[in-house]
Amino acid sequence: MNAPINAPKLYDCRDAFATTLERLAAENETIVAVCNDSVGSSKLGGFKAKFGERLVNVGIAEQNMVGVAAGLANGGRLPFVCAAAPFLTGRSLEQIKADISYSNANVKLVGISSGMAYGELGPTHHSIEDFAWTRVLPNLPVIAPCDRIETAAAVEWAAAYNGPCFLRLSRVGVPDLLPEGHKFELGKANLLRQGSDVTLIANGTLTHRILKAAEILAERGINARVLNLATVRPIDEDAIIAAAKETGAIVTAEEHSIFGGLGSAVAEVVVDNAPVPMKRLGVPGVYAPTGSAEFLLDEFGMAPSAIADAAQSLIRRK
Amino acid sequence: MNTTELERVAREIRLRDLQAVFEAGAGHIGGEMSVIDILTALYFRVLNVWPDQPKHPDRDRFVLSKGHTACALYVTLAKRGFIPEEEISTFLQPHSRLNGHPNCNKVPGVETNTGPLGHGLPVAIGMAKAAKLSGAKYHTYVVTGDGEMQEGSNWEAIMAAAQFKLDNLTLVIDHNRFQQGAALAETNDLAPLRPKLEAFDWQVTEINGNNMSEVVSALEHRGSRPHCIVAHTNKGHGISFMQDRVDWHHKVPSKEQYEIALAELSEALQ
Repeated sequence: MNAPINAPKLYDCRDAFATTLERLAAENETIVAVCNDSVGSSKLGGFKAKFGERLVNVGIAEQNMVGVAAGLANGGRLPFVCAAAPFLTGRSLEQIKADISYSNANVKLVGISSGMAYGELGPTHHSIEDFAWTRVLPNLPVIAPCDRIETAAAVEWAAAYNGPCFLRLSRVGVPDLLPEGHKFELGKANLLRQGSDVTLIANGTLTHRILKAAEILAERGINARVLNLATVRPIDEDAIIAAAKETGAIVTAEEHSIFGGLGSAVAEVVVDNAPVPMKRLGVPGVYAPTGSAEFLLDEFGMAPSAIADAAQSLIRRK
Repeated sequence: MNTTELERVAREIRLRDLQAVFEAGAGHIGGEMSVIDILTALYFRVLNVWPDQPKHPDRDRFVLSKGHTACALYVTLAKRGFIPEEEISTFLQPHSRLNGHPNCNKVPGVETNTGPLGHGLPVAIGMAKAAKLSGAKYHTYVVTGDGEMQEGSNWEAIMAAAQFKLDNLTLVIDHNRFQQGAALAETNDLAPLRPKLEAFDWQVTEINGNNMSEVVSALEHRGSRPHCIVAHTNKGHGISFMQDRVDWHHKVPSKEQYEIALAELSEALQ
């Protein structure tokens, strides 16, 4: 177990994505970036400057974007499709199903500004359905890294992996949580804190919040286990079953609807294998009011203290 | 293969397709009959493909975007040696790899999964763009239905092809004037297609898509822009009572109708 380093500095994971992609593209000439007029928001400016020919910008046309990526893969290229997560997934969901997942095309889908990163822009721009939409598709790993280190590691893994995947990135700053040199392993949860009273599970922008919640719980004499579960599919059943059996209660937190996302995925494993009380924190089936992502996460009960409160009341149901 | 030989192959494919649809009790026979001349010209004259090496990197790419006419593609692929000819009898049977829409991971020669409409052209554009990026010399062909052109994704793709200057891409629109439920003209009439494609900076050729010499010469054309062939065809071509009838989109002939169709196609083979 690696103790997390809760550095105060916050990093935009898009930078780690872009830097890693540029480094890999310098080594591998088959790598291409595909985007929908999203060079700026996907941080592809550096890629464009270095590998201009290999930036395929289809304009504002997401269905075509995903189809083109499938064709690029057929022609031996290695496409990273970068677009705002709500439009990449929702607008072209059938293309993701038929052209990418069902065809098993070697395409890396990178959803930028996922969750409520575009908080103030309103629910049309929130991507709180993307886990649900993508995790039902065979052949398609669904991955939401928790910090810049895991983002870089996941991008490196994706480039080497022979098959499609969906990387879910935010633009909201997060602290470093995993140690430098961390290697991404598909479908493996990271144990960030050992504990026996309750398990807190999250990924993406929520992982650092559940770590803080665990610290608050520790002050209250409650020993919380913390799992970072970047891979929503294929999910780490062993870590979840062990958490259920050894801690007896599980809280999940996600920047996603509580329907069909990380919490649902964990619940499926729990109910099939080791039923224990659970609390799923997330967006509770509503469209969000106006506000920043951080404000909205707090609003929906995912401030660290609120997560700690939820865990504490859940323990009483054990 | 010369035009006369191609015409004969096309009739054989029509006959086998008719038998397969009749025996399976399902299929999309109308659209299959309209597209078979195009498929024949592609696989027996135009495409550089190696059935024993279906993933050869230099192969020309072909995408059947109107994936519901899979049976015609299967018969063509079998005749060209990609899959055993006797396998056609498994069409739509349990666990057959020949399901109602083509699967690229199961059937050699199929490049991408199709079925939902409006998918093939974007993927074909990616294939053509990949060739531009890597310097590969292969050419990419895609066949869509005319009703399928109502899908917005196709028009996104049409814009991209011109922007990417894909002179290595040929789109064939099987313009049989009927979609599943009605004539195009009664649904969302895209005709005339030519000026619309030309406005997007494509080069357009209009042909009789059931005339083999016109089909071959249009498919062999090379220019400096993406090329669209508007192939005027007849739904149900070759079978008198099916021609230009919307109800034959996915109707299965009765035993009596089957005998008539069999006789007509066989007579054409004499």
